[in-house]
Amino acid sequence: MNTALRQRLPQMVTAAIFVLLFAAAGARYANFASAANFANLFIGNACTGITAIGMTLVIFSGGIDLSVGAVAAFTNIFVAVAVEQHGVHPLAAALAGLAIGTGFGAAMGALIHYFKQPPFLITLAGMFFARGCAHWISTDSIDIKNGFFLQFSRYAAKIGGVPVHPLPAYVFLAVFAVGYLLAQHTRFGRNLLAIGGSEQSALLMGLPVGASKIAVYALCGACAALAGLVSTLVSGGDSTYGIGMELDAIAIVVIGGTLLTGGRGHMFGTLCGFLIIGTIQAAITFDGSLSSWWTRIITGALLLAFIFFQRLLLRATQKRLSA
Amino acid sequence: MSAPVQRRWRGAAALWPLAGILLLALANLIYNRQFFSLTVKDGHLSGAVVDIFENGSVCMALGLGMTLVIATGGIDLSVGSVMAIVAAVAGVLMQQGYSMTVAIAAGLGAGLLCGLVNGLLVAWARIQPIVATLVLMVAGRGIAQLITGGFQVKINNAPYNYIGNGFFLGLPLMPIIATALYLAAWLWLRRSATGLFVEATGDNETASRFAGLAAGRVKCLAYVVCGLCAAVAGIFASANITNANPLHDGLDMELDAIFAVVLGGTALSGGRFNLLGTYLGAIMLQTLTQTMYYVGVKSAVAPVPKAVLIILVCLLQSETTRRWLGGLRRKKARA
Repeated sequence: MNTALRQRLPQMVTAAIFVLLFAAAGARYANFASAANFANLFIGNACTGITAIGMTLVIFSGGIDLSVGAVAAFTNIFVAVAVEQHGVHPLAAALAGLAIGTGFGAAMGALIHYFKQPPFLITLAGMFFARGCAHWISTDSIDIKNGFFLQFSRYAAKIGGVPVHPLPAYVFLAVFAVGYLLAQHTRFGRNLLAIGGSEQSALLMGLPVGASKIAVYALCGACAALAGLVSTLVSGGDSTYGIGMELDAIAIVVIGGTLLTGGRGHMFGTLCGFLIIGTIQAAITFDGSLSSWWTRIITGALLLAFIFFQRLLLRATQKRLSA
Repeated sequence: MSAPVQRRWRGAAALWPLAGILLLALANLIYNRQFFSLTVKDGHLSGAVVDIFENGSVCMALGLGMTLVIATGGIDLSVGSVMAIVAAVAGVLMQQGYSMTVAIAAGLGAGLLCGLVNGLLVAWARIQPIVATLVLMVAGRGIAQLITGGFQVKINNAPYNYIGNGFFLGLPLMPIIATALYLAAWLWLRRSATGLFVEATGDNETASRFAGLAAGRVKCLAYVVCGLCAAVAGIFASANITNANPLHDGLDMELDAIFAVVLGGTALSGGRFNLLGTYLGAIMLQTLTQTMYYVGVKSAVAPVPKAVLIILVCLLQSETTRRWLGGLRRKKARA
C-alpha cells in the first residue's frame, strides 16, 4: 500500500460506509433513494454540518470546541430579538451576530493559547457562558415576522418534482467549499495540521502557532454563529436551540476519519461523516418503528468503531516507522 | 518538591474554596440576615446552609469520582449520562415492582459497568480519556431513553425517595451519605498506598510502570470508582425529585463535577489530588448557585457567573499567571 493511499484510507472507508448505508436504506425503504431525499440529507442537518466544518479545523490543530451549540443558540436568539423586538435591520443584526461569535471564539482561543489551558475546559466554560447569555436575552421562543427575513426563509425550489427549502443546504455547501480550500489548499490548513501533529515541532519550525490557534477558534466561532443565523431563518428564535449539537459535530468529524488527537484528517471526510449521520437519521425516520434515540446510540457505536479503527491504523503506522 | 512542602501545599489548596465559601456567605449575609440561622421544623434542621448541603450532594458525589480520574491524568465526560442511565435502571425496576434494594444494587451495577467500559477504553485500548468517555456521553442518554422507552418514570417507592428527601438525626440524609463516602475514600486512599499509586500514575505513567506499578489497573480502577460515584449521584438525583428523566437527569453535571475538582485545587494535569478541596469546591459551587437564586438571577442565566468564576480560577492556577505573579514578588524583593 503506498503512502498516498494509506493516508486516504479513513476517508475512503467513510465514503464507502456512506454509499453502503444509503444503498441499503434505499433498497429497504421505498422512495428513500430519491433526489429530494438526497437533497434533504443536506437541508435537514445543514446547521450541524456548518459547525462540523469549523470543528474539523479545530480538531486538525489538536483542540476541541464544545461551545458551538451554545454559540449557535446565542446568535439565533440574538438576531431574532434584535430584529423582532428592537427593529434592527436583519443584515446589521446578522453581521453583529457573526462578529460576536467570531470574537467569542477568538477570546477562547487566546485563553487557550496564552494561558496554556486545556481546550475542552475553556470551551466547556464558554459553552455555559454562551448558553447562559442566550437565556439571558430571552427564554421565550420568537417568531420571525420581518419581511426581509421571511423572503429568505420562504425561498423554495423544486428538486425531483418535490418542493423544498434549500437555503440551509446552499449555505452549508458554500461553507464547505471555503473550509475545503482553507484546509487542503492553504498554508493555514497545513499549519493547523502541523500544530496538531506536534505543537513543539511547529513552533521550532517557525510556524505562527499562536495566531493559527486563535484564528481557528475564531473561525469555529464564526461557523457556529452562522449555523445559529441559518437556524433563525429556518425555525425562528429559541434559546434552547442546539443542545448536544457539539457532540454531533464532533461525531461527524471523527466518523469522517479526522484523528481526534489532531494532525491528520481531510475535509472531504467531514462531508462523508455529515452524510452518514444524515442517512442514519433519515433511515430511522423512514422506518417509523425505530425510536429517535437509536440515532444517538448508533452514532455512539460508530464513533467507537472509528476510534478503534484509527487506533489500529496509527499502530500500524508506528510499527512501520520503527521497523 | 520535598514531602513537607508538598503536604503544606495540599492543605493550602483547600483554603481557596473555603475562602470562596466565606466570601459568598458574607455576601449572602448582606442580603439575608437569616443566612446562617437554623430552625428546627418538623423534627429536622432547616435553613439556607442545610439547603446548600442537601442540594450540593449530587455534585459532591460526582466530584469524588472525578477527583480520582483527574488525579490519574484523565477526565470523565460521561458522568452526566451515567447518572441518567442509573436513574433509568432504578426507576424502571421499581416501576416493575422490584424492591429498593434490587433497584439500588442494579443502579450501582450499571454505574460500575459504565465505569468499567470507560476504564477499559482508556487503560486497555489506550484511547485518550476525553475521546473514550465522549462515546458514552453521546450514547448514554440514548441508552437511558432506550431503558425507559423514552418516557419519564415516576418513582413511587417510599424508602427509595427517603434517600433523596429524608432526614437522619435531624440532618438531611444525602449529605450524610456523601460525607461518609468522602471519609471512606479518604481512609482508603490516604491511609493505604492506593492514593499514592493514583498520584504516581497521574504524575508519570511510564515511570510508575517501570517502578512496578500496574498503572493500567490503577487507571481502570479510577474510572470504575467514578462510575460508581456517578451511580450514587444518579440515585440521589432521582430519589430527590422522585422521578427518572432520561433526557434531563445529570444534564451538564459533568461540568459541575469538573469545576468542583478544579476549585478544590486538584490540577487537571493529574499527579495529585485533594479530596477535602473537592468537597469544599462542591459546597462553594452550590453556595454560588443558591446565592444567585436568592439575588434573583434566573436559573437559566446562572451558568454565566459560574463560567466566569471557573475561567478565573483556571487562569489564576495557570503557569503563565503564576510566573507573572512570581515576577512581581521578586521585583518587590529586589527593590
